[in-house]
Formats: sequence, C-alpha cells, structure tokens
Amino acid sequence: MTRMIGEQDYTNIAQDLLSRAKKHGATAADVMVADGETLSVQVRMGAVDRLTKAREKRLGLRVFFDQRSASASTSDFSRDSLERFVGETCALAQAVVEDPVSGLPETGQYATEFPELHIHDATKLQTDQQIDLAMRAERAAFAADSRITNSEGGECDSSSGRIILANSHGFMGQYANSSFSLSVSPIASDAVGMQRDYWYGVNRAFAKLESPEAIGQEATRRTVRKLGARKVATCRVPVIFDPEVAGSLLGHLCSALSGYALYKGASFLIGQLGQQIAPDFVTIYDDGRMPGGLGTRPFDGEGLPTRKQAMVERGRLTRYLLDTYSGKKLGLPSTGNAARSIGESPSAGPTNFYMVPGTTRPEEIVASVKQGLYVTDLIGFGINMVTGDYSRGASGFWIENGELAYPVEEITIAGNLKQMYTNIETIGTDLVFRGRIACPTVKLAEMMLAGN
Amino acid sequence: MANDESGALARFGVTDREIEQALGRVKVSTVDYADLYFEYCQSESVSMEEGIVKRATKSIGQGVGVRATAGEKTGFAYSDELTPKDLNIAADTARYIAESAQGTKPVPVTNRPALPRNLYPHDRADIEVATRDRVTLLNAIDAEARRYDPRIKNVMAAYNTEYKVMLVATSDGLMVGDIQPLSRLQVTCIAEENGNRQVGTFGGGGRIGLEYFQDDQRYLQFARDAAREAILNLSAVDAPAGVMPVVLGGGWPGILLHEAIGHGLEADFNRKKTSAFSNLLGKKVASEACTIVDDGTLPFRRGSLNVDDEGTPTSRTVLIERGILRGYITDKLNARLMGIPVTGNGRRESYQSVVLPRMTNTFMLAGESDPQDIIKSVKKGLYAVSFGGGQVDITNGKFVFSASEAYLIEDGQITKPVKGATLIGNGPEILTKVSMVGHDLKLDEGIGTCGKEGQSVPVGVGLPTIRIDEITVGGTKA
Repeated sequence: MTRMIGEQDYTNIAQDLLSRAKKHGATAADVMVADGETLSVQVRMGAVDRLTKAREKRLGLRVFFDQRSASASTSDFSRDSLERFVGETCALAQAVVEDPVSGLPETGQYATEFPELHIHDATKLQTDQQIDLAMRAERAAFAADSRITNSEGGECDSSSGRIILANSHGFMGQYANSSFSLSVSPIASDAVGMQRDYWYGVNRAFAKLESPEAIGQEATRRTVRKLGARKVATCRVPVIFDPEVAGSLLGHLCSALSGYALYKGASFLIGQLGQQIAPDFVTIYDDGRMPGGLGTRPFDGEGLPTRKQAMVERGRLTRYLLDTYSGKKLGLPSTGNAARSIGESPSAGPTNFYMVPGTTRPEEIVASVKQGLYVTDLIGFGINMVTGDYSRGASGFWIENGELAYPVEEITIAGNLKQMYTNIETIGTDLVFRGRIACPTVKLAEMMLAGN
Repeated sequence: MANDESGALARFGVTDREIEQALGRVKVSTVDYADLYFEYCQSESVSMEEGIVKRATKSIGQGVGVRATAGEKTGFAYSDELTPKDLNIAADTARYIAESAQGTKPVPVTNRPALPRNLYPHDRADIEVATRDRVTLLNAIDAEARRYDPRIKNVMAAYNTEYKVMLVATSDGLMVGDIQPLSRLQVTCIAEENGNRQVGTFGGGGRIGLEYFQDDQRYLQFARDAAREAILNLSAVDAPAGVMPVVLGGGWPGILLHEAIGHGLEADFNRKKTSAFSNLLGKKVASEACTIVDDGTLPFRRGSLNVDDEGTPTSRTVLIERGILRGYITDKLNARLMGIPVTGNGRRESYQSVVLPRMTNTFMLAGESDPQDIIKSVKKGLYAVSFGGGQVDITNGKFVFSASEAYLIEDGQITKPVKGATLIGNGPEILTKVSMVGHDLKLDEGIGTCGKEGQSVPVGVGLPTIRIDEITVGGTKA
C-alpha cells in the first residue's frame, strides 16, 4: 500500500515545523509545502517519443531570529530528517547579519477570504488520452501543408498540485491548481533550408484547451510562412510586435518594476513612480484574481490577498510590484505580489499582467506601415535592466506598403526599453491570455534594425 | 580513486538486490536499455547586498529516476521516495512504453569499475565549510569593489555551492557512483555618475572548494573586475549596427562555439534531422584555422565529469578538425540509434529529468596568430571580450550572443568602449569567416549554465583571440 499523505498531514507537518522552529529559538517562521503530479507525453513522427510521470513534494522553511533570517527546503519529510532540517536552518540564520527590514507581514494584512478562482480542474487524463491528443496535434500540423517534412514533435502535459502556506503569525492558507497544455513544433523545408516554429494551448481547465487540430494548423501556418527568409539591410524603421513577442516587452517591464530590482538600483525605472512612462492610451493591469488565470491565486507568497490593480494608468506608472520586504525598502506597502519558490525568501513578481487592448485591428496596424518590420520571434538575452538598453535577435516579416511582403531572419532590433515604451504608437484589439503575461499586437514608432 | 558506488548505496539506503530487482522489472525483452539514477544533492547559497550578507538558503533533495528506452521511445518516471515500493512503481511506469508485462528476472549489476579518473577530489567538500567563511569572503568583496572606485554605488555578490552524490545502475550491468562538487562566486557592481547608471559583472568557479577563491585572494580580483566593467560602461558609446569584422577575446567569448555549432552537433537533433548541421559530417563548416573539441576530462572545470549520468567515462571529442565536421556528441540512446560511438555526453539536470546529449567544456584549440596582430588587422570593427547569454535556433542555425564588454576598433587600435549589443549569425557559416586564430587559448572562469528542454547543466567554454571577418552587430548607431 502506498503511503498516502492527505491534506491534513501537510497542514500538520507545517504546524509541527513552526513549533519546532520556535523550540530552536526562532522568533518567527513560515512554512510552504507543495506537492504535485505530472504526466508529460511527447510524440514525434506519429510515435510515442517520451513519457514522463512523476509525483513530487517539497517543503520550505524560513526562520527569523529577530532580524536574522535563513531559508531552506527539502523533499525528505521523514520525522528525523525534519528535526535535523529545522536545526540546520536555524543554524544558518545565525551566520547572516541582522537586516532591520526583515520580518513577516504584520497581522491584519493576511488573506481571510478564499473565493472560488477556477484554477483547479480535477479532470484526470489517461496516458493514452494524452498520447492521442499529442498525436492528433502533430497529424494536423502535417496535414495542413505538404512542406511540413519533419517535426520536433507534439507534447501534451497535465499537472495538478497544491500549495500550503503557514506562518507563526497564525496564517494558514492553501489552494490547489491544475494545468493542461498541448503544443506541436513542425519543421518545414524547401530547397534552401529548414524552418521551425510551434504553437500551443495552455489552460487550467481541460475543457477550455484548444482542439489539437486548431493547434496543429496554427503551428503549421506559423512555420511555413518562414520559408525563404532573408536578411534585410540595416535601417531605422517602425516595428510591430505580434502578441507573442509583445508579451516579452511586458515581461521586461515586470522585471524593471520588481521592488527588488528597484531598491538595489538595478532597474531603469528607478524614481519613475507617478511619472508618464508611456503614451496616454497605454493602461496595464496586474490581476491576481482573474478567474481561471494562469497567474491567479488567492494569496501571494507571504499570505497577503492578491488583487486587481492598475500598474500603468493612461501612461502613468502607478505602482511597483512589491512584497513586504522590497516595499519597506522603498517606503511603500506590499502590493500582494510576493512570488515564492519553495525554500527561498520571497521576491516580487506579476500575477496575470496585461495591457488593455486598443481599438485598431492587427491587420490595420500592418496596413499603416509603409516600410517596416513585423516581429514574430526574438532570441537572446541582450537586455540590460539597469540601463534599459535592448538588443535582440529577431525574425518575422518585412512590411512593404502595408503588407507582409516576405519573411526575414538573422537581424537584430535595438533600442532602449524606456524609449520603446514611450514609442508605442498603436495597440491592437487582439488580447488573448496564453500565459501569465499577455499583450495585444503593439506598434513602436521606430527601432534600429541591423542586418546586411 | 575508488568508484563511490558502495558509499553512495549506503547513503541512499538501497540494497544491491533492490536495484537488481527494479532493473529486472523494467528491462523486459522489448526494452533496449534501462537505468536507475539515484541522486542526493545539497546546495547552499549566501548572498550579499547593500554591504551586508542578509540571505542564506539551503536546499536538500534526493530521489531516483527510472528510465527505459525501446527503439526511439523513452519511458521515464521519478520519485523522491526511495523505498522498494516506490522503485517498483517508477519501474512499472517507465516500462509503459514497452507495452509489456513486468519482468521478473533481476538484472545482475556486476560491472563496478573504478572511476576512470578523479577530476575533482572532494576531500574538503565545500558544503562542509562553515557558512561564516563564505560570509567573510563576501564582506571583503563589498569593501574591495567600493574601494576600487567611489562611483560604485552597490555591490551584490552570491556564493553558491553544491554537493551532489550520484549513482547510476544500468541494464548493461554497470553500476558507478560519483561525488560532484560545484561552486560559483558571482559579483555584480552598479556604478553611478551624474544620473548615468551602469552595471558590471564578474564570476567564476568550478568543481572546486572555497580555497580556490582564497588562493591569491582571487575573490578580490573578481570584485575589482566587476567594478572595472561597471566603471568602464559609464563612458560607453552607442554600439554600431550592421555587418563588420569582430575580434573576440579569449575565454568566455567561446560561448560563440557553444551556440553557433555546439548545440547543432548534439546527436539528438541530428538523429531527428532537425539540425542545420544534419548531413554535414565530413563537410567543411569552418575555416582551416578552426579545430574545436568538447572535453569533459579537464580537472576542476565546471563542465567536467568523471563519468556522465549514464556511467560512461567522459572524453575529448573532436567536433571540427581543421574546418571539417568530424563528430557529434552522444548519449547511449542516440549513439545506439545512429550507430556511432558513445562519447560520454549523456547528462541530466537531476533525477527529475531525462538524459540528453549535452556539451561539457567546448573550446577551440590555439592557433598561431599574435593577438595584437589580430586587433591590428581590423580597420573598423568591434572587439568583444565579455558576454552575457546566448541562444540558438537549431533548425535554421541562427544564433545570438550578447556582448557586455566591447570596444570599437578603429585603424587597428582599440578605442572607445561601446554599450552592449547582440551579435547574430548563422551557425554553419560563421566559422568559415574565422580568418585568424590567436595562440592565446583561454578557458572561461567557470560560470556557464546551459539550458536545453528546460534542463540546466553546468558547462565550460574556451576560445583563443579570433578574428571573424563579418558578423551582424546589433547596435543602435547606423
């Protein structure tokens, strides 16, 4: 008989760790426990390629000795190991220096209501069902165009898990979530070479996942259109980001708005709170309570309630992303954005972070450009968060007289993020959540393109 | 050194019999190969910012991954419990792809060779060193960086150390264990002058202990180097945009090789024919000045291993010999399917991940040119000596890597520092444009982490000074 660890046991383990920490002299502590199950199926060229199945668990403990603190994590939940674990974590805290700002959030701030957020779907998929979904997606990709000659495969994953957070101020919260995803990565070839792209769906509810056929067809559409890509000459032109890559611009914004980057002086948005950082038609929200959202959760990594809040309102920066610690460093209250990896102290990050859509259809945005670049892929890490300097490898399409004329590759686009946000000229109507960060099509007035 | 198999077994609390039974359960006739990979990993990190060491974290994990391969199929399961019951469940799950009932005959594991070499003696495992020693070192780094220049406004440093015990038992009857220490020290400085803020970083490490950083006060040199880069960037001008000659300095710029050709030569992509290098074996893919190897046998290096994660001794594999593509790097699965040698490059991030063919330390052998002559040969171009990360699209061969310290070359002289810029090129083409290779081969400081299919593994790179006749530089200045 497999040892089943029930919900009750985990909350008991959490309480037990808190009291052991106290016995070791800790003045405060918090415990996070996570467990989960994953089934991942990869198929390739119509056959099963890889099957991965796992169940795992992990717990993290953070202890405070007045203003000294340390964190640790372990996957070994046996009684003896946990006793040693608590002792070692407490010893570690003695090795660091006092940090006057450290500590748990004060009582009265914690989440007390736990509304239904639709982030857990109890559907259990069978292995064969997942194989079938992945096979169908890959088949649809091949069927959609004869130039698809090879494939990196289709993948169908399902996972579910639980998070339990408890601390010595009496907070105890837990939630379950689930995720279902399906993707396929076809390869197209012609006389000149090969191109690869992919498409995917991901949802907390299995019933809301796009059909494998729709995902396969879209993957092929995105792949074959890249065939025959060429370089273009170095120039300064308007650049349109398709929604997938536009999301990365919001991702960089999140990094720059993280309280930790700000107080360390490692963000190009230092001192910009209340300032205009984008045109007045740009509004950006972070919404931790969006029903079914991939970033949705009832409380953050410190137990504070999540919320919906404007980050940028009509172009003005209204908030940073803060947890208690980074907030204190900046003299501001937490925004409920504590992100937490098991066994780490909190950091600050987005929940569901998105730009409010505009009124221009994406095809009208393309039509508005005489000569320019439509970007569909970005690679590399050429972003300096301290200065905002931006330089990344790009591919996409050259726009000639308002139409996508031909695919381009082996070019870079460069600028400075601060200016890039200011340079937003048009926002599309096409906001779709396919991750925690979502953005419609965005047109920037101009960027430097390096090519031939 | 002895094979650490017996010590490791004791740590995992598993008996020979249990291992042989689990292997027997998974290795049915339709399974070509199966293995059990046990891992215990303890890591500790201390970090300093604003002049105080305020964070310390520790992580302990252990588990087992069970894998079966049949034809091109891989079945894989892992568990963080090591009881016979959990081993058997994982074995049954991994066997699912074989569509067969469980095996009943234990697989004897009798081949227990001594480790082929001892590249990273762990007598004084760094994890055992008192945290306070590391804290002392970080504090000194802060003081040194600020002393370097008053314009240094913040110093962040982190010391990560890891102690990993692995044991792999395979259906070939092999059992081998290893202890793999790994440490890294990273320093980031932020400089500020008249509202202009710039960042500089420096780091290093390997399969070494604290004493490596203490030798000759190397940690203080790290602090000065990070501070120097931040101060330098205060006066950086906009980087140029367009195609131009680029001189790469020695060491870490070897990330070019990792991105441009290394990934493209991993066997899995070539078996699936999804790599831009598929079908190029024996063909000329680089200038004659280029000979490139992947070598997992260098003592103390971050990318080195005594044996890979399938128990195969690591080796030195010639990838490109005087411009000709000679070989791929392989794991057991891909070597078997392609009918080529096993090179000892089967690696995994942890027991939770499957084995993939991965690089170890990838570098270009020294050439004959004087580095000074290489710089002098460029009329107008870029000299790049330090890089951030890179990335490659295996299929179309396009790769990027981003400079974090670079200078303009004007009339053969290094002139102004320029802001960071991304360089982009085509993997199968770029090395044909290498016209000069310096005699100054240098390996990197030991900071590289390579990502593939979501798995991170430590790697090394190396390069002598080289001249690339043309590559696209992604600056902002026309």
